[in-house]
Amino acid sequence: MAHTRGAFRQTWTAVRAVLVFTIALGVLYPALITLAAQAMPAQSSGSLVRVDGEVVGSSLIGQSFTDDEGNALPEWFQSRPSAAGAGYDGAASSGSNYGPTSADLLAAIADHTAAVAALEGVSEDEIPADAYTASASGLDPHISEAYALLQVDRVAEARGLDATAVRELVESKVEGRDLGYLGEPRVNVLELNIALAEMDK
Amino acid sequence: MTVLFFVLQLVTIAVVIGLLYRPLGDYLAYAFTTSKNLRVERGFYRLIGVTPESEQNWSAYLRGVLAFSAVGILLLYALQRLQQLLPFALGFPAASEHLSFNTAISFVTNTNWQSYSPDLTFGYGVQLVGLTVQNFVSAAVGLAVAVALIRGFSYRRSGTIGNFWVDLTRGVTRVLLPLSVLTALVLVATGVIQNFAGFTDVTTITGGTATIPGGPVASQEAIKLLGTNGGGFFNVNSAHPFENPNPVSSMLEIILMLAIPFALPRTFGRMVGDHRQGYAIAAVMGVLYIASASLMTWAELSSGTMEGKEQRFGIIGSTLFGTTSTITSTGAVNSMHDSFSPLAGGMAMVNMMLGEVAPGGVGSGLYGMLVVAIIAVFIAGLMVGRTPEYLGKKIGAREIKLASLYILTTPTLVLLGTALSFAIPAVRADVEGTSIWNPGLHGFGEVLYAFTSAANNNGSAFAGLTANTPWFNTALGVAMMLGRFLPIVFVLALAGSLAAQDRVPVTTGTLPTHRPQFVGLLLGVVVIVSALTYFPVLALGPLAEGLQ
Repeated sequence: MAHTRGAFRQTWTAVRAVLVFTIALGVLYPALITLAAQAMPAQSSGSLVRVDGEVVGSSLIGQSFTDDEGNALPEWFQSRPSAAGAGYDGAASSGSNYGPTSADLLAAIADHTAAVAALEGVSEDEIPADAYTASASGLDPHISEAYALLQVDRVAEARGLDATAVRELVESKVEGRDLGYLGEPRVNVLELNIALAEMDK
Repeated sequence: MTVLFFVLQLVTIAVVIGLLYRPLGDYLAYAFTTSKNLRVERGFYRLIGVTPESEQNWSAYLRGVLAFSAVGILLLYALQRLQQLLPFALGFPAASEHLSFNTAISFVTNTNWQSYSPDLTFGYGVQLVGLTVQNFVSAAVGLAVAVALIRGFSYRRSGTIGNFWVDLTRGVTRVLLPLSVLTALVLVATGVIQNFAGFTDVTTITGGTATIPGGPVASQEAIKLLGTNGGGFFNVNSAHPFENPNPVSSMLEIILMLAIPFALPRTFGRMVGDHRQGYAIAAVMGVLYIASASLMTWAELSSGTMEGKEQRFGIIGSTLFGTTSTITSTGAVNSMHDSFSPLAGGMAMVNMMLGEVAPGGVGSGLYGMLVVAIIAVFIAGLMVGRTPEYLGKKIGAREIKLASLYILTTPTLVLLGTALSFAIPAVRADVEGTSIWNPGLHGFGEVLYAFTSAANNNGSAFAGLTANTPWFNTALGVAMMLGRFLPIVFVLALAGSLAAQDRVPVTTGTLPTHRPQFVGLLLGVVVIVSALTYFPVLALGPLAEGLQ
């Protein structure tokens, strides 16, 4: 009997504990963090990027620079392949999840490699790895320095700009490893393209 | 150069975790042993009707754990089924019965397996009042059980092992909540978002449309990692730039996952009155962690690609995070493990198959390692023909039975679940037709990974697997539940029988459990027990794939 009574009493305690924790940790705690995060509005609202006062994206969320059919627009630097929705869908982050020995992965890599080679007019073995592989999030905002430089001639030609100037712009946008040893060097595609449009005004 | 960066990052982790070891471990010991209650805690005990001074025997402690978890599962199930009525549902409908069953168990068991895609399934209501709450309290339950087991060693001739409600409360009020507030704000500073903006469509510079997601992410991200939970706010978890914006935040997240599990051996050493015991346990965890991180990184650098990886993290940033997450029972990912090279993906499974003890989850890692330590002193006792003891407590038939049941539980669930998925014809047809994304050996690996992750309460996945089916939601739900609570039953029973004993004096015949000899023995037992159990099934999956 004492056993049953003990179990009942503890269950009633459990119900009350779950409810109080729900209010404290599920309502008050997030509210406190949300209020405190107002002190860092740029970060907490999503590192939004504005051009002429209008929000055109987030510096952290990658975008595609393609037409409605998904064809690359030659006057813009291109992002990596994306498996998020139809590509860079911010409401459906996803990787391809193709296994390392998957025939589908080999086919996708062959497709992406051929497309990049055709667009840039280079041979397939010059193409860096990030250009033919889908990122983990499908929203990778970065490309490698090598992939950015590979696109310089095509972008300069499409815009009638001096290739040297575009190359210098890319180099000015290369971010090194954080603190010199964390992560990989990279170029933020949206920020590069905004700077490019600014230069081409 | 790449190797140098790997070593530097590993050294960074080791230095920070080493610096945290003493202060955090000592603080945890203080938090769980002081007789002083904070004012907010006294108010809480009055609200829930608990006398903090009264201790419980092991079965009352266990009933507290089970009652609290059962109520948590029921509430979380109800919240998902009634999602459309909650504020900030973002227009998402109620989740299905089997998905709600799976998710409720998943978050209450500290697994955080996600059969669903959060971006497309849950609004902020369920994420906050359901999932965030369980992120805290499931970790606090793990801490409580670990502390109860330590008391089994430190108490003498005691009928009690502490008060579950007090341990649970202090885990939240003194450890997880203050640390989460601090780290959530640091995460915001690195670029993690914290808002209620929903999805915003903007016109891009090419004239197209882009969607920017919003959400109270930082508040969940902090406890997701500190509590070794791992359930992402977004589908791609810590690969999402809003959960993990840059290499600095990624290193911070790695450290958050390791901080408490690696500090707990210090807490153990302090509470049993011998710091050397804590160092021995931490040394075993540290050696396994470094070896595992090195193996996975080597495998991926040899034959991995950038498929399923973020440019900002690269290969090293992905494997270090992947190792940390799978060996701490967190299950967060910053890259897609399904696309890892076969041996690196296999290492992720091996990390979980070690039993999540190196350093394992918050609380669960320490109690798991102490159970293996009991097996280790037993084996040593057999070799020299003496009754084994650990920390002055005799390891008799009852203790060995409980420890053996503990280490048999998760392998049974993993192997049985995987086997049933292919042995029942109707299930097999569904698994192969609907769920498996990459056919062949890798597809077998996806199923093996899923049951390994669920039974060990990790929560990461070979995410190509479509797990949102009645079979996987049910079978993985059962595996998570038994994989969490059966071991807790055995650990608390063990704590009760150890606490009841007096301490036997140390003699010249006592096996010292703080020397390198014991560290080596314990390492051997951890590796050999899991290797013998899982080698055949690994040979069918990642090893065969790697040899293709």
